[in-house]
Amino acid sequence: MKSFTVLTGLAAPMDRANVDTDLIIPKQFLKSIKRSGFGPNLFDELRYMDEGQPGQDCSTRPLNPDFPLNQARYQGASILLARENFGCGSSREHAPWALEDYGFRCVIAPSYADIFYNNCFKNGVLPIVLDAALVDSLFSQMYDQEGYQLTVDLAKQTVITPAGEEYRFEVDAFRKHCLLNGLDDIGLTLESADAIRRYEEGWREQSPWLFDVIK
Amino acid sequence: MSGKTLYDKLWHSHLVEQRDDGSALIYIDRQLIHEVTSPQAFEGLRIAGRQPWRRDANLAVPDHNVPTEARERSGGVAAIVDPVSRLQVQTLDDNCQDFDIVEIEINDVRQGIVHVVGPEQGATLPGMTVVCGDSHTSTHGALGALAHGIGTSEVEHALATQCLVQMKMKNLLVRIDGELARGVSAKDVALAVIGKIGTAGGTGYAIEFGGEVIRNMSMEGRMTMCNMSIEAGARMGMVAVDDTTLEYVRGRPFAPSGELWDQAVAAWSDLHSDADAVFDRIVELRGEDIKPQVSWGTSPEMVLPVDGILPDPEAMENESQRTAARRALEYMGLRAGMAITDIKPDRVFIGSCTNSRIEDLRAAAEVVRGKHVAPSIKQALVVPGSGKVKQQAEAEGLDKVFLEAGMEWREPGCSMCLAMNADKLGAGEHCASTSNRNFEGRQGFGGRTHLVSPAMAAAAAVAGHFVDVRDW
Ligand code: SF4
Repeated sequence: MKSFTVLTGLAAPMDRANVDTDLIIPKQFLKSIKRSGFGPNLFDELRYMDEGQPGQDCSTRPLNPDFPLNQARYQGASILLARENFGCGSSREHAPWALEDYGFRCVIAPSYADIFYNNCFKNGVLPIVLDAALVDSLFSQMYDQEGYQLTVDLAKQTVITPAGEEYRFEVDAFRKHCLLNGLDDIGLTLESADAIRRYEEGWREQSPWLFDVIK
Repeated sequence: MSGKTLYDKLWHSHLVEQRDDGSALIYIDRQLIHEVTSPQAFEGLRIAGRQPWRRDANLAVPDHNVPTEARERSGGVAAIVDPVSRLQVQTLDDNCQDFDIVEIEINDVRQGIVHVVGPEQGATLPGMTVVCGDSHTSTHGALGALAHGIGTSEVEHALATQCLVQMKMKNLLVRIDGELARGVSAKDVALAVIGKIGTAGGTGYAIEFGGEVIRNMSMEGRMTMCNMSIEAGARMGMVAVDDTTLEYVRGRPFAPSGELWDQAVAAWSDLHSDADAVFDRIVELRGEDIKPQVSWGTSPEMVLPVDGILPDPEAMENESQRTAARRALEYMGLRAGMAITDIKPDRVFIGSCTNSRIEDLRAAAEVVRGKHVAPSIKQALVVPGSGKVKQQAEAEGLDKVFLEAGMEWREPGCSMCLAMNADKLGAGEHCASTSNRNFEGRQGFGGRTHLVSPAMAAAAAVAGHFVDVRDW
């Protein structure tokens, strides 16, 4: 996993509440057996005027000119400003894969759906929760100011605006540690292999019907 | 000290390691696997040179991509017409073979939607932790299990370590007392709960469903309730174990029997919240207040009783609600002030892990028996949740009832719930659907979904518009 330390980047808007993972990456793209290449289909239904198909060359598809990510001022954005309950619905990890593949390393929103929030951390994408009123003011500043860049410092847990205002955000210590260091979760858990084995032996004794049944 | 909730008990019995930062290592008893969210997880294992920690903890079944038309289906994986779908199902077969994981293959009579198959086979049991790379894993909580959806990285993590790193959720009790009117089903209760608390109302919580209505509910109904907890924002929903649970589990292929059964039943007797357990939040509904529900918008919380009138966005409280409602009405091609009963579906879909169990099919068949689908309906699909449900339905003659009414009787799978196979809505088409999500494009590009119960879907198929099944 890519580590995340300090990111300074252009912000782009996804200005609606309850954006679900179907909207982030529609289901026809879930047929891929790969983990990369979802970027061109991020927000597919909003971004293009036609219905996207997996494996298609997106460079020739008709773009929706009203969709912010298609506008010149947001090209190269790496921070997505979003509204409440971002990432609700399906648990597909393809959603953070698509965000990351497109170039977004950070999302800032008032709230997220639980599974999506968790999936972001596994893929080097930092989901930041800020107060709704604050997110609202970031949106206005961004709309007012072309080339609006934010700096996100994970170690200090701050978002810094171009005017130099600093806002603190919360993040669990464990997730922060993994993201800062780009650590592989599985490797970390396997350091507890003895504890897992001990637990498993006890559990097997207590609940033998849960073991060796499906084979 | 106060007592424990069911969730607390399940959590503590699976706690391998509590860490200082609040996270915990939780042991996973069962992982269900399907073709869409697993290929990248197996690939990850391969790249890292890892093997599954415990093979017998996993059970795989393809469901999302499988064709439901008998002719295409009969040829097995090789006959799947869409090459991308075929590759995904084939990849699941290959991965299960390579990693020695038991798979119920496409034309096994036990095949079906993973959340129907798990409980039906006794592969998911009370007191277990159950995960699957699918948000509707919450369904299995109906058995008194701790069950929730995970992303693909976690699928790989659970395969490799038999554990997940988790943060404990808060406890939410949704208590529904009283009695349901005839024609009002678990689906209506679930939609009414979401209508009340909103699609983010359960975020950060584990929901326990309780109260008289839930206690009187069948296991099928409880599964429908738990299935929809994710639509209320909660990763997991659960119901205490009682005699209904035990009756359901007894004799299932992977369930314990003989002496082990007695031992298990004794262990499961504690799987309920203690009388003095403290919940962080309690939401209460009365059964008799719940009417059949129909969703009108593009989020499950945009739902109304069948006698409702579509809301006026301009009359809503805040700008974000107004924008959402305006957008939803526009997408759905509907107007404020319209009656729900004026909405005319073009297609009807009875199926999905929410409502494709035998009881759902019985309820739908009862409504259409001896009647015929309205001429304005382009298609009415009935898709059983598993091969076993299909067999049972056919033994009861339900397939004939549907066919005589002009409906299609299909092979089991996810089908038009998310339209990853050939079953989808055309742009602009309205669908009376027993599935769980009415998001934009969910059932096909430009498709317009109305979430309803099986009886409501069947009645709409006959009437050509939504009607109140309580008057049926
Ligand atoms: S039936 Fe629908 S919701 Fe259920 S697992 Fe299949 S696609 Fe997901």
